[in-house]
Formats: sequence, structure tokens, C-alpha cells
Amino acid sequence: MTDRKSTFLQGARDISPILAGVMPFGLICGAVGVSEGMPEWASSMMSVIVFAGASQLAAIQLMSENASIAVVILTGLIINARFFMYSASIGPYLKGASPLQKAGLAYLLTDGGYAVSVAHYLRSETGSVNKVWYYLGTNVVIWVGYIFSTIIGAYVGAVIPPEWRLDFAVPLTFTAVVMPAIVDRPMVLAALVSGGMAVAASSLPYNLGLMVGAVSGMVVGYLAERRLANA
Amino acid sequence: MLDMSDYWPVVLGIGVGVFLIRYSFILIIDKVTLPEMVQRMLRYIPASVLPALIVPAVLLHKDGGVTTFAGWDQLAAALIAVLVAWKTRNMLATIASGMIVLWGILFFL
Repeated sequence: MTDRKSTFLQGARDISPILAGVMPFGLICGAVGVSEGMPEWASSMMSVIVFAGASQLAAIQLMSENASIAVVILTGLIINARFFMYSASIGPYLKGASPLQKAGLAYLLTDGGYAVSVAHYLRSETGSVNKVWYYLGTNVVIWVGYIFSTIIGAYVGAVIPPEWRLDFAVPLTFTAVVMPAIVDRPMVLAALVSGGMAVAASSLPYNLGLMVGAVSGMVVGYLAERRLANA
Repeated sequence: MLDMSDYWPVVLGIGVGVFLIRYSFILIIDKVTLPEMVQRMLRYIPASVLPALIVPAVLLHKDGGVTTFAGWDQLAAALIAVLVAWKTRNMLATIASGMIVLWGILFFL
């Protein structure tokens, strides 16, 4: 029993530095939601139900542009398609849990918790029960920090005047998220093409310009990578 | 301004969808490996989807059906933020630098 507890606490300790990156996300999600017209409770509740910062910000931005519900949902899901990779990668380590327990573990899955947990599993030989408790330690800390900061953001955001253009924090946050992901030349090309095409196609209805930009970027990046591989 | 009547469909739609994405392979414990083509495409999602959200939000101002250039203040702030993001890789520094440049131009120039 104490073994589980100490493993949980170890996960919690190991993840703590990542809170510095998680809390601003929560603050901005909470504040921007309110500044775009949500009540404080709704902005906070969104973090509990969705629990994925980038998807939430994209959804808030698109809703404020009156995009269709289908486009908003689709964009929110595409942004989080990376969780397929995390789920496939961490699944084998969480074998010991029942389907219901797995549902709880899956709900809590985060970028940081995934990365720190897998690194820990590769470093040390822990039993399968302890793997689950370590995972919980990392992700529960992120959950608490994220929800707490969203609530603060929602109530602070409620008093920020519109002249401050708080909504501009959304593209800035995305910039901070995307920069580390751009690691090679095909990625740079994908980003430039995607941004350019999204602006060029911005007059299309239903926010299709976003889809045009994203798909062109992916295709160009993929083709550039293949050309480099064959060169 | 957003329409609160969109709130529940969007939040539940994304919430349930993202949960299912997270749950997918954790539920199916067999050592699943995604096809390489899919893995490669997935790698490009952040670098493709996010700029498609960032660039129009920085450059364009949408008001009803009319789209205009958002202004040099946002562009200058975004360029500084890109530079800071590239140099520091620090989320807080990136957001703070962009907002401070924007406020500096808005309130002091």
C-alpha cells in the first residue's frame, strides 16, 4: 500500500516542473472563454470535460468567429489526433487495469504525463500496478493544476476590459506550442504553406480556409520529407 | 463573441471525441503499431493545423461577413513572439512578449 503511495508521489514530484507550462494554458483558456462571452462556470467546465488546452482554444476562437459546429468539433479533434500515438505507446504499460479503470486513466492522459511516465518506465523496472500509480501521480497533478488555473483565469478574465485584446493570447499560445514541433525543413515548409493557404482561402465559407491550410501543409510537408529521403 | 447555444454540442462533441482518442489503444492492449504512413502524417499535424489557426488570427479581422487587415500592431507583436518562441522555447515568455508589444503599441504609441 505504501509502495503505491510512494510511487504516486514520485510521479507527482517528477511532473511538477511541467506545471509551469500547464498553468498558463489553463489561465488563458479560462480567461479567453469568458472574454469571448462564456459565463465563468462554462469556461471552467470546458477544461473539465475536454481537458485539452489547444483544442479548447481552437474551439473558442472558431466559435467566436461563428464557425459551424461541425468545423469546430472536427478541428478540436484533429488538433488532438496526437493522443492516438500516446495511447498506442502507453497502452502496453497499463495492461493490468480493468476497462473501467482504463477509462479513468485514458481521460487523464496528457502530453507531459505521457512523456514523463514512459521515460520512467524505460528507466526503471516497476511492477504493472506501480506503473499505473506512477501514471496517476503525473497526470492527476497536471489535472489539478490545469483545472485550478482555468478557474482562476475565468474569474480574472471576467474583469479584463475588451480593449486589452485578450483574445490575441490565443495565437500567441499556439505559437509557443508549435515552435518546438518545427524541427526540420519539411516542418518549416509545412508551417509556411499552411499559414499562407489559410489566409489565401480565408474567404471560403464554414471556415474551410482552416482545413485548406492544414491539409496543404500536411501534404507539402510529407512530400518534402519523401524528396529529402530520396535525394 | 460566441453564441452560448453552441456550447454544449461543441464541448460534449470534442470532450467525448478526445476521450475516445485517448481511450482507443489503452483499451486494446495488444501491441498496436500504427502504419508508418499514418504515423508520418500524424507528425505533421501540429506544424500544419496550428499555423492555419495562427496566421489568419494575426493578420485578419473578421467582422460579420467583412474581412479586413487586422493591423500592424498585431503583426509586429506576433513577429516578436515568434522570435522569442524560437530563441527561448518558453511558453510564458512567448505569450508575455507578444502581449506586452501589443499593449505597448496600443496604449503608448
